Amino acid sequence: MSRLLSEEEYGRRPIGAFKQWVNGIRDPYLNNVEIREKIQPQESEEVLRKRQEEAVAVIRQVHDVANNSQYTLFRKFYKAAALVCCLTLTILLLITVAYLPPVGNAGNPAHNEVAAKYIEDGMQDTGAVNIVTGMILDYRAFDTFGESNVLFIATCTVLILMRNDKKKGKGSAEEEEKRDSFYEPKNDKILQTVAMVLVPFIILFGIYVILNGHLSPGGGFSGGAVIGAGLILYLNAFGFEKTERFFTAKTYKWISFSALSFYCIAKSYSFYTGAHHLESGIPLGTPGNILSSGLILPLNICVGLVVACTMYAFFALFRKGGF
Amino acid sequence: MQIFQYILLAFLVICAVSVSFSKRLLNSILIFMSYSLIMSIIWILLESPDLAITEAAVGAGVTSVLFFATLKKIHAIREEDEENHE
Repeated sequence: MSRLLSEEEYGRRPIGAFKQWVNGIRDPYLNNVEIREKIQPQESEEVLRKRQEEAVAVIRQVHDVANNSQYTLFRKFYKAAALVCCLTLTILLLITVAYLPPVGNAGNPAHNEVAAKYIEDGMQDTGAVNIVTGMILDYRAFDTFGESNVLFIATCTVLILMRNDKKKGKGSAEEEEKRDSFYEPKNDKILQTVAMVLVPFIILFGIYVILNGHLSPGGGFSGGAVIGAGLILYLNAFGFEKTERFFTAKTYKWISFSALSFYCIAKSYSFYTGAHHLESGIPLGTPGNILSSGLILPLNICVGLVVACTMYAFFALFRKGGF
Repeated sequence: MQIFQYILLAFLVICAVSVSFSKRLLNSILIFMSYSLIMSIIWILLESPDLAITEAAVGAGVTSVLFFATLKKIHAIREEDEENHE
């Protein structure tokens, strides 16, 4: 309000008109604006009483657990039913255990000629010094193929449950990740230094375990898990920006797909030729060399790749809902 | 060596029982981690180093990290911290 002009004079100026319009006193085109008073909603006595009764009834019937007879009955029934179920299951399992053959008996069905055959001819058949790997990736290779596929399916399930599709704006993957790690220290010096020293050694050890799977303890699954753990440590220390330079959803898709399909094709060929007594053309080499034992080394690499990618993908999906 | 194995086995049983009796989820996971670590030592003593490597990497490493991530997702870790401050 100007001090030099009177109130009436000031109201006629554009700036005064604008101020009056903002305050809701006077519209520049419609003159004085009439503001209606707010009408209080009138309710009759009966409606009000009905509403209060409803509120009390809701509290009595739903929230008041102690005096609700139906709910107490249900609780009692629930406890009794749980007890009956547990007892039935326990008795059934105990009866089954009673029918099992005794532990350590020489006549048990587990003690047949298969184990002796594996131990005696294992190195000759598979070319692997480590009998366990020879068994897993040669005699029982289709079981391992199923295991690798189970890992892939588990990743797909986590992807369905945890996937965050939104690219930008509220609720997007980046925003969720920021909100999720809000209370965590960023660029922690101790963690980064430790990761810088440890991660190369962890990943090297994993690669060693995979490549030496047919000679020494270990193999695809253990080595892949070690590499996956190293990747998770790296991700925790340096964040998603660093890991996404070399590992994205596309990389995961291609590695998993090519490793699993190579495993399937190679092992199908090997089993086909083996079943028909054909010459497979895969050299077994001298046992003990790094390039020996036929298909076991490439299959180990395939399993290791799938496992390492799966471990990393699990963690990334849990943290961010995408990778 | 025999005594060492018995100590490890007793510790294994104690860990397994205390996982389910621990009130806090975070402590449960830490006890579970030590359970896996002891289990991997026992695998070595049972002469199966293949399993020992896998148990150490998967049981003590990746599974626990996934458990931590899950606890964070369901806001179980932060609430406990707030309880401590109050």
